[in-house]
Amino acid sequence: MSNPENVMSADYKEALTSLLFQLADDDLMYAFRGSEWLGLAPHIEEDVASSSISQDSMGHAAMYYQLLEELGAGNADDLAHSRPSSERRNSILTERVNGEGVYMETPLYDWAYAVVRSYFYTQAKKVKVESLCKSSYTPLAEVAIKVKMELYYHRLHWETWFKQLMGSTDVARKKMTDAMTLVMTDFGDMFSFGTKKQLIESNRLIEPEEVLLQNWKMSLEPVFTGLQMTVPAVPVPKKNGRNGEHTKDLDQALRTLSEVYMVDPIAVW
Amino acid sequence: METSINISTERVFEVLKQVKDPEIDSVSIVDLGMVDEVSTDGNNVKVVLLPTFLGCPALEIIKRNTLNAVKELSKVGEVEVEFVFHPPWTSDRITEKGHADLREFGISPPPRHFEEDGSWHVDCAYCGSTYVTMENIFGPTACRSILYCKSCKNVFEAMKPVSTIM
Repeated sequence: MSNPENVMSADYKEALTSLLFQLADDDLMYAFRGSEWLGLAPHIEEDVASSSISQDSMGHAAMYYQLLEELGAGNADDLAHSRPSSERRNSILTERVNGEGVYMETPLYDWAYAVVRSYFYTQAKKVKVESLCKSSYTPLAEVAIKVKMELYYHRLHWETWFKQLMGSTDVARKKMTDAMTLVMTDFGDMFSFGTKKQLIESNRLIEPEEVLLQNWKMSLEPVFTGLQMTVPAVPVPKKNGRNGEHTKDLDQALRTLSEVYMVDPIAVW
Repeated sequence: METSINISTERVFEVLKQVKDPEIDSVSIVDLGMVDEVSTDGNNVKVVLLPTFLGCPALEIIKRNTLNAVKELSKVGEVEVEFVFHPPWTSDRITEKGHADLREFGISPPPRHFEEDGSWHVDCAYCGSTYVTMENIFGPTACRSILYCKSCKNVFEAMKPVSTIM
């Protein structure tokens, strides 16, 4: 195979790099927040399941960073660990803390929030990944096909939790509804490409924002109808992570995630 | 110049049959369907592998073990091992021997068929009973699920089916 850099226009490369950072940073943060449930999940089976999902998701992030490395954007580990929050392109939802307290001290995390965030995020990821399977950049399409197969199990898992808790006691439903309000507040940039919208869409790397959003709504509708609910509206983003706008939660996440790397960047795992 | 005794792909495959999944050490990477292509150029060898699950921490170990195993071949030159994503690894790449070797480890091989609703069924890895329940679709490694056999009262594992139709 020829080196992709040789045949790529500067425009195309900028579009591709921008999209890959959004995808990679999303999965990195999602996996990190998921891993903070290790040992805290509601029961032992869930501890195994959610950490397995986090591990898969970290693998997906690693593949996207690998594609970036091949494009000359830098070393994959460095891209994951060393970029300041202002250079991160993940959505606001993925960086949010799991609740009050600190993992190593007194975590007062909210499982309802974890379920809603994971379900909505996974469904959004599925819509994007299905679109990426037809991407104009073949190496990305090939990775997407792999991700899609693993995602099947993630989506099934979170949908089961979502339906069961929604159909459970009044208390459960109240907690889930509250969590949904919280999740949707941050959902505005989920399908946004930020200032790179025009560039990414015109290069046919993935379908337009509006199409993805519509597909997400449609994919959730059967479940919501079954629960006699309507799919919540996606707001206009107050902060757009795709443009490097973030909350202090991201700084906290990066400090923890990159602690070892910053002490010893050449440590072998 | 030495008289060149070229390395044949058959010899490489023989060696690769000795490379096992570090987390399921009864099954070779060949029978797991992870070897996409072996090519030789004189005494230089290139092995192309397919990753099973992307986040699997065993992948780097498998890559290293593959490299070391091929380097053991006498008169071998440069050895290169790389992972590619196309074609995607799917569970139907596991050979019949792979299925038998998985059972020996106490893991039911992945089913060949999905039900219409996307669910799937395996029989007990130990006693073959069909009277089993799914305990956890996620298991101790990315590729495995945990089940319980109501006949022989054993917990057992199954390799998750993965397919491009999912």
